[in-house]
Amino acid sequence: MDHAPTTLIGDALNRVDGPAKVTGTAMYAGDYKIEGGISEGYIVEAPVGPGRITKLDVSAAENADGVIAVLTYRNAPAQKPYGTPEDEGRFTQSHAVLENDQVRHFGEPVALVVAETLEQARYAASLIEIEIEPGEGVYNPLEHRDQEEQPESVDGLSEVDTYEGDFDAEFAGSDFTVEASYFTGAQHSAAMEPHVTVAQWDGEKLTIHMAIQIIASAVSAFANTLGIDEENIRIISPFTGGGFGSKLGVHNEAILAALAAKHCGCAVRVAQTRRNVFANGPHRSRHLQELKLGAGKDGKLKAIRHYSLASMARNYPFAEAPASPTRASYSANAIHTIHRVVKADIPKVDSMRAPGEAIGTLTFETAIDELAEKCGIDPVEFRLINEPQADPTSGDDFASRRLVECIRTGAEKFGWSGRVKPGSRREGRKLIGHGMAVAIRPNTLSPASAEVSLTADGRLTARLDMTDIGTGSYTILTQIAAETLSIPADRITMELGDSSFPTTAGSGGSFGAASSGSALFDACNSLKSALGERLAQAGVTANAFTIKGEKIVAGDREIALADILDQDGLQAEGSVDPDNHGNGKAEYSYGVQFAEVEVDADTGELRVRRMVGVFDAGRILNRKTARSQLMGGMIFGIGGALLEESLVDDRYGSFMNRDFAEYHIAVNRDVPDLDVNMLDGYSKGSNPLGSKGIGELGICGAGPAIANAVYEATGVRVRKFPIHLEDVLDQLPAL
Amino acid sequence: MYPLHLTVNGTAHDVEVDPRRSLLDLVRETLNLKGPKKGCDHGQCGACTMIVNGRRINSCLSLALSHEGDEVTTVEGLADGEELHPLQQAFVEEDAFQCGICTSGQLCSAAALIDEIKEGLPSVVTGQDPVELNDEEIRERMSGNLCRCGAYNNIVEAIRSAAGEQR
Amino acid sequence: MKPFEYDRLENSHDLSAVANGRYLGGGTNLIDLMKHQIETPDVLVDVTRAGMDTIEQRDGAVLVGSQVSNTDLAAHPLIRKHYSVLSTALLSGATQQLRNKATTGGNFLQRTRCQYFYDTKRACNKRQPGSGCDAMNGLNRFHAILGESENCIAVHPSDMAVAMAALDAVVLTRKPDGSERRIPAADLHRLPGDRPDLDHVLEQGELIVGVELPEKPPKLQAYRKVRDRSSYAFAVVSAAVALDVEDGQMRNVRIGLGGVAHKPWRASKAEAALEGKAPDTALFMQAMREEMADATGHGHNDFKITLAPRVVVSMLKQLTGLGEN
Repeated sequence: MDHAPTTLIGDALNRVDGPAKVTGTAMYAGDYKIEGGISEGYIVEAPVGPGRITKLDVSAAENADGVIAVLTYRNAPAQKPYGTPEDEGRFTQSHAVLENDQVRHFGEPVALVVAETLEQARYAASLIEIEIEPGEGVYNPLEHRDQEEQPESVDGLSEVDTYEGDFDAEFAGSDFTVEASYFTGAQHSAAMEPHVTVAQWDGEKLTIHMAIQIIASAVSAFANTLGIDEENIRIISPFTGGGFGSKLGVHNEAILAALAAKHCGCAVRVAQTRRNVFANGPHRSRHLQELKLGAGKDGKLKAIRHYSLASMARNYPFAEAPASPTRASYSANAIHTIHRVVKADIPKVDSMRAPGEAIGTLTFETAIDELAEKCGIDPVEFRLINEPQADPTSGDDFASRRLVECIRTGAEKFGWSGRVKPGSRREGRKLIGHGMAVAIRPNTLSPASAEVSLTADGRLTARLDMTDIGTGSYTILTQIAAETLSIPADRITMELGDSSFPTTAGSGGSFGAASSGSALFDACNSLKSALGERLAQAGVTANAFTIKGEKIVAGDREIALADILDQDGLQAEGSVDPDNHGNGKAEYSYGVQFAEVEVDADTGELRVRRMVGVFDAGRILNRKTARSQLMGGMIFGIGGALLEESLVDDRYGSFMNRDFAEYHIAVNRDVPDLDVNMLDGYSKGSNPLGSKGIGELGICGAGPAIANAVYEATGVRVRKFPIHLEDVLDQLPAL
Repeated sequence: MYPLHLTVNGTAHDVEVDPRRSLLDLVRETLNLKGPKKGCDHGQCGACTMIVNGRRINSCLSLALSHEGDEVTTVEGLADGEELHPLQQAFVEEDAFQCGICTSGQLCSAAALIDEIKEGLPSVVTGQDPVELNDEEIRERMSGNLCRCGAYNNIVEAIRSAAGEQR
Repeated sequence: MKPFEYDRLENSHDLSAVANGRYLGGGTNLIDLMKHQIETPDVLVDVTRAGMDTIEQRDGAVLVGSQVSNTDLAAHPLIRKHYSVLSTALLSGATQQLRNKATTGGNFLQRTRCQYFYDTKRACNKRQPGSGCDAMNGLNRFHAILGESENCIAVHPSDMAVAMAALDAVVLTRKPDGSERRIPAADLHRLPGDRPDLDHVLEQGELIVGVELPEKPPKLQAYRKVRDRSSYAFAVVSAAVALDVEDGQMRNVRIGLGGVAHKPWRASKAEAALEGKAPDTALFMQAMREEMADATGHGHNDFKITLAPRVVVSMLKQLTGLGEN
């Protein structure tokens, strides 16, 4: 038999799930058909919040064509109180909905109409009469700074605040300083697949098809919300249509589907509408960030202070950490980083791709650019001058840090020729600017497990509850198994996205590939050892062997797998425990971004013309999918710098641009040539694979590189994001 | 309920439909073809793109009833049996998708785009020049298909490569 | 979406049977609004198969059927050659998918993108007369600076209509009683006044059957759309400019502005200030400042008062050879 050659880790293997995705046969949560049919649920949102429901008349809706039930707090099945148990994390505690007559925020579901068809449910929803007595709401953290508080924790970091060195003295002793306030708007992950869940009960057993990034915590969330045993819950999610943080946890449609399916005794699908997503999914908070930087005449940083203020959704403990990159990017005598929140009556605030770094580098790296300019030092050189030897905040050694190599490589590939006088580079009607910024993102490892099974027909099946949200999980896991067991990729079946499989950390925080991959690597190594033992029992001693067709080849010996395997093949399990890795080293992925922008000298319209990114993400598991992820990150960065903002009407605490016509993500024409480069390497000690996180790295630094280029093009330091044409309009040359 | 006759991927269908049903919901729910996706249901993302009588449209913004007698092609109708359409093959080779939820719409758009170029239909970047297939044209013409994963550059590569093969 | 009866118009010359209906063209805006129940017709009359889908020349003018798609109109050789401002405006709007479906008549009748109009939980006099205008003191970056009223500051979103207004196109309509009207494109839409719920001057049952593009349009034409995204975005400000330069003097100057008012805005003051004069950048700017004399900002959209003149001046410079591409 002729098989494709064995694939190695790092190879540019085409996505193994590619054919399913291009033929429309990959099954996403909303695509499942269930015997007996699926009823459709449609969410009715609260017009304002907080408040108390004073009128909720559902009679017309109940009597409308095709309506099976209208769920409200009056008839919804019992749930555990929202946010309990309190000692659980935000992903696993109760996400109760339709609990009582209290409304926490605008857009919260106050009813769910279940009907035979979507058209019927949607129309009946419009017949429900709601009145809400509004309460006093806190919406805009900037208007309630008297209520700012230190959160108990911030996302991804062990310390909320850090105070290294004497900031005041160092700042006072600096020759050049920058002191500025920045505003970054609220944003939504806006995955192309809106949150969707199909729920079905069979007695005590609940089966869920849903769009989700992490399966295990979702199981706990259903159990804690509905008060049922985790053993009775099965979540199936082999394909998720993008997450970017928004699908880390379960959201209202998921709980509503489970409640409705129970109440109605039939399978129910609740698909959030695109407008729903903006209030029933999470968002990135608006942030105020204040930066104070000081340097000596030699360009050496003396003082850094980064303060951040955000909204925390009341009763949902999440705070983003924009000062995260500030703690680890540069050497300085004093580094103070402070995170504060104001609790607000708004939809969930949670992770959006590269929480912390996406908006943290946006402000910090533009402030660094400004300081470099004040010092009269080229921004590339400035960063090289301030390269630290150990983590500047913790003092820990770096596990691996090749930032200088990234910067030098990037400068060469971009053709960086130093700063020019702002506004002096012009081509016809376009003002041209160049800018650069550094990318940094913490690298983490989470517990994960996997199981593999080899059968006599030479096929390997691996199972883990890892998800594929577009990252390429199926593909890189196939490569890890193929290399470890010397088995052709086309003999491997990767089964993911099912809560009945061994538990992983799922997809998120750029830890997915390393965590699930390391667990699978361990399982494959166990299987390899077991196979070696079987071979030895059969009288073959070999250091290496290859699986070819239904045979195992060791040196010049070929043995039928059937001769050494049991009837049901050979199984092995594997896992990874983060406590056995890292060794107290500071773990980050790194990169650099260079951008060229054009600004219409007459109208101020801003467009990106080209970008170069160079990234140090340890061992690259698949050159093709890794490049794609980094590129996608850079495009997210374009959006963050120039396009994306969820606009809040602070009179109502409601988002107003709740669709793709008004919430602008980049379209194809917004994206120029992107030169993506990876310094392939091996990050020893990070994890058994030597890889580092890649899914969020591409955003980091992309926004500030663009902002710094806008400055060079126009001479305007814009300190609010996204940057719009009106921010530079008044400074454009006279016509 | 109203009677409707239309052809989807070469198969004729006679169905009874709620006049409110969109072409997208007809195809997904009534005809059970799940390839086309609903990303926004308001013509703002392109995930539902289908080719109707040779022209691509947002099927979510079109009432099923307005397609009496029409010929509809969805992503399921692109491949020739087991053999992938050159665009499908190119999308796999160029890694022109990540999560895959926008892909069926991207592919239908891309297939129609190649025909639009042949037909000489201009875009806003064409100006007074004859229509030709270049990156700027592809980018403008594919701007009605959002991709949040950011596969745009690979989509452009895939279309260029597939269009080349077809010449 | 409210239940409705669906009907098809077979003959555009006999509207008597469908007088109570709401006409459905491409539906790219109407279906959108019906899903939100901002539009709730009881009877929907599909007019896409009733003829009205040809482009023909008659006595020098070009007659465009109301059901000609935006794609076909933009691509037609006559339009590309003699009315390029219209072709460019059409192609600047929406996406290929939407232009394939959207019709000439329907494009005129698309409704505002004001976020308060779309959010049925908020106050909007256009959607619900008497409820108030939440945009006035709310988020209004995309809103009107000219001709607005205390009741409404929404803008009309069409690109095509701006070019039609600048070309002095005439909208041809037919009423259920068989009578016909010729409405200048610039007069089709209304200013909001105290009836912002009325976008245009058409009566119930009156159908746009076509558009007449007058012969001999100005030779120099351009459409420019300033927007945040490079494609697939509504205009922050747009402009359609057409003029001739004869013997060093500007003639037949037409300037249409989009994204600044409740209707496509003919900058007639600026046109008058330029007519018969020699092209000159300072003069361009002075003319547009005059046009903006009565403009008011509402906070987030103040910048449009600066931007709109810059866009037009930039285009005039380009068309008359004084500026760069």
